Amino acid sequence: MSSVVTVEKRKVADYKGDERPTWCPGCGDFGVLNAVFNALSSHNFDPQNVIIVSGIGCSSRLPFFTDAYGFHTVHGRAMPVAAGIRAVQPDMPVLAMGGDGDAFAIGVGHLIHAIRRNLNICYVVMDNAVYGLTKGQTSPTAERGLATKATPQGASDPAVNPLLLALATGCTFVARGFSSKPKDLADLIARGVAHEGFAFIDTYSPCPTFNTVNTFKYYRDATDDLPADYDPTDFNAALRYAASEDPLYLGLYYQAEQPTFEDHIRSTKPAATSNAMTVVEGLFDQMS
Amino acid sequence: MTRNDLVIRVAGEAGEGILSTGQLLTQAALRGGFHVLTYSQPPSEIKGGHAFYQIRLNTYRSYSKGDDVDILLAFNQEAYDRNAAETKDDGLLVYDPSEVTPSADSHFVQVEFPLNDIAKNQLKFPIAKNVVAVGALAELFGLPTKHLDSLIEERWLRKGESVVQKNLDALRAGIDYVIENVPQRDRFALYPDKPHSGEILMSGSEAIGLGAIAAGCSFMSGYPITPASDIKEFLEIHLPKTGGHALQAEDELAAIGMVLGASFAGAKSMTATSGPGFSLMIEMLGLAAMAELPCVIVDAQRAGPSTGMPTRHEQGDLYQAAFAGHGECPRIVLAPTSVRDCFYQTVNAFNLAEKYQTPVILLGDTLLNVRSESVPRPDLHEVKVVDRLLFSENGNGVSGVNGEYQRYVLTDNGVSPMSIPGQEGGQYIATGLEHNEEGLHRYDEATHSIMTQKRFRKLERASLEAPEADRFGDPDAEIGLLTWGSTVGSVIEAIREGEREGLKLDMLAPRMLMPLPEHELRPFIESKRVIIIPEVNYVGQFANMVTSQYPRDYVRINLYGGMPFRVDRLLEQIREEVAQHV
Ligand SMILES: Cc1ncc(C[n+]2csc(CCOP(=O)(O)OP(=O)(O)O)c2C)c(N)n1
Ligand code: SF4
Ligand SMILES: [Mg+2]
Repeated sequence: MSSVVTVEKRKVADYKGDERPTWCPGCGDFGVLNAVFNALSSHNFDPQNVIIVSGIGCSSRLPFFTDAYGFHTVHGRAMPVAAGIRAVQPDMPVLAMGGDGDAFAIGVGHLIHAIRRNLNICYVVMDNAVYGLTKGQTSPTAERGLATKATPQGASDPAVNPLLLALATGCTFVARGFSSKPKDLADLIARGVAHEGFAFIDTYSPCPTFNTVNTFKYYRDATDDLPADYDPTDFNAALRYAASEDPLYLGLYYQAEQPTFEDHIRSTKPAATSNAMTVVEGLFDQMS
Repeated sequence: MTRNDLVIRVAGEAGEGILSTGQLLTQAALRGGFHVLTYSQPPSEIKGGHAFYQIRLNTYRSYSKGDDVDILLAFNQEAYDRNAAETKDDGLLVYDPSEVTPSADSHFVQVEFPLNDIAKNQLKFPIAKNVVAVGALAELFGLPTKHLDSLIEERWLRKGESVVQKNLDALRAGIDYVIENVPQRDRFALYPDKPHSGEILMSGSEAIGLGAIAAGCSFMSGYPITPASDIKEFLEIHLPKTGGHALQAEDELAAIGMVLGASFAGAKSMTATSGPGFSLMIEMLGLAAMAELPCVIVDAQRAGPSTGMPTRHEQGDLYQAAFAGHGECPRIVLAPTSVRDCFYQTVNAFNLAEKYQTPVILLGDTLLNVRSESVPRPDLHEVKVVDRLLFSENGNGVSGVNGEYQRYVLTDNGVSPMSIPGQEGGQYIATGLEHNEEGLHRYDEATHSIMTQKRFRKLERASLEAPEADRFGDPDAEIGLLTWGSTVGSVIEAIREGEREGLKLDMLAPRMLMPLPEHELRPFIESKRVIIIPEVNYVGQFANMVTSQYPRDYVRINLYGGMPFRVDRLLEQIREEVAQHV
């Protein structure tokens, strides 16, 4: 993605919107928002040239707290909306943000196709294993048996592994971040935005209000950075590390170069285009 | 009496060249100056299975497919068995004796036509069977051969002179066979006394695609479904020529999602689907209305509910187009009344969507989308294209207290200037949440009331600018026919037939069905003693909408078998109703 060249270096404050975040105190999403600000400022993007698309959920409110253009869509549909935007504005950086319910329950059908298309966006899933906005039911990333107030009998199904899902679908940038490691997360997002293709960053972002199991401490204990000599071009290594349950690795698992959705859009256009009425007149001629 | 109306049907197995035979003949007839209107059902099976292609030829403009068949060409036994009953008493049935054993007691003349034999043994060119058939049929209605000669040249020149010659020979063989073997064949001859000049041939789906391009559409996304897929296919080929793009989404939710994303990013955008797909789009129809994003959704209706009869005709989606969606979700619904009208109403759909920043649903149907019609070539100089009102730093939309852009600023007509990503100072969040003028989510009573009024105010204004209703008949008649969409064709012809018997009838068919344009509906309804509402559905969806807005007695005529109205039966029903209301 092309960054806009400006003389002045933008600061985090330049990306903040007028609305203050409405999240509960201690919500993991604050850290993610900060990482987004830092990633955008590291590219020095002009806020007016960035689009943030989201679904529905606590996490999906994020665009409101920024000064970028935003599209807060409906539950699970951020991916197709982002594709429509990119088809029309293939040079404007697009970030997609949302929850694990948005991405892996109601929207999982679209996620697979956005990955297949290699849509050139960066998708940060703020993963808290619950549906925060609807008061804490378990989500597809909840471990089987995880009980919450709204899911008293515990999650009935095994959890999806978002990284394996993305890898198996052909994702060209697969990473895992953690909201309480804001520097690393900002770096991952900045690289995801720079990546030519679909950048998928599953991000642990605890919900202290409804998930008393998967807390900050839980993730701090359970996670570890990918080894220093880890090679993110090694697909088999990525699969192996992504399957690990102990520890849960953080970092960039896999990156590859593949033709993008935008490449396809560009390839369908003839070198010289005509104005609409000329095209229609030409078609009328063929219909006589 | 000279003949001025002829219906030809070619029937056989799907994939056997039925379509190409019909299309070649149709195009030649167009060039011969005839008015043509075709009718076919998309085949239910991919290959094999029964298919037919019907062509109605006229020396004047016709509006419906024609009730019965004058000339039936049956390629095989099933085609014969299925279609013989629809052939007129004084009709002609032409069949291939190697495939068909005709029934002995038929009510029409039956003539053998050894198509396979001619192609295989006489011409030694078996695949030319369809061209032989075209020659024969053209000779029957008296089409000058030059139109076919030139079409054959255009079509096969790429393959070389000898292929052209072989096809011309095939054409001649068909013509000669008819001259030698069909008795009294001149009774089928038509002479266009005033051949039209320069009409063009298009299908409803093509007309919609052309209208979209003319209106400035630059993005289309859809998921395949009968009978709407042709629109996507047309735009996939032609939209890139203007720099636009059409693509296939993973489902209809994605299709409408992409359309809204594209619209947000500044493009005039559309999708096309049929009833089942439209059902899937409804949540995001509400998003479009709430976020005030212009978009056009084509619903080419088919017979439902559920998967229903994918290849059959029904006007069953009016309710869903007009009312679908939770909450109070404003939208505009337009219904074209002919193939030609598909072009113009698509342009209007985009213009209204862009001007009022609201979803516009265009209701086509199997009948309209699939058929081809000869239409006067639209004059593009008369096509007015409307673009959305954009935010600009030098005035529009800078009405906030502190001079900041407000995406949803309140205005007289409800329309607020829109910004496009990249525009400096235009940043806002498009959202389905209720929001204030700035676009920030607010749930207070005042905001929801004011914003609901704003969204509906746009519709009130739009209804004043509704595309003019389709009118036909005697404006002074006491009997009014109120109808919509493709049923207009049968109604116009019934009025025309009725006129010959001294029956005075007047038709109004609003092209905007949501909101119903008061200035068109009320005067018509108040001036008629009897109003009859024919439509192809069971519950009388249009009749119910009209009744709730303009309560009085209406006579309903409903048909719901998957077929359009026959003109003769419709007229008979109208006659009966008129007799009961003297
Ligand atoms: C079609 C639809 N179904 C259900 C809902 C209710 N709903 C809102 S957010 C949500 C789940 C949110 O969970 P997640 O995506 O994980 O976001 P979080 O709140 O945890 O950040 C649900 C079920 C909705 N808004 N729309
Ligand atoms: S409910 Fe959970 S996810 Fe939602 S804002 Fe509160 S802490 Fe965050
Ligand atoms: Mg969640």
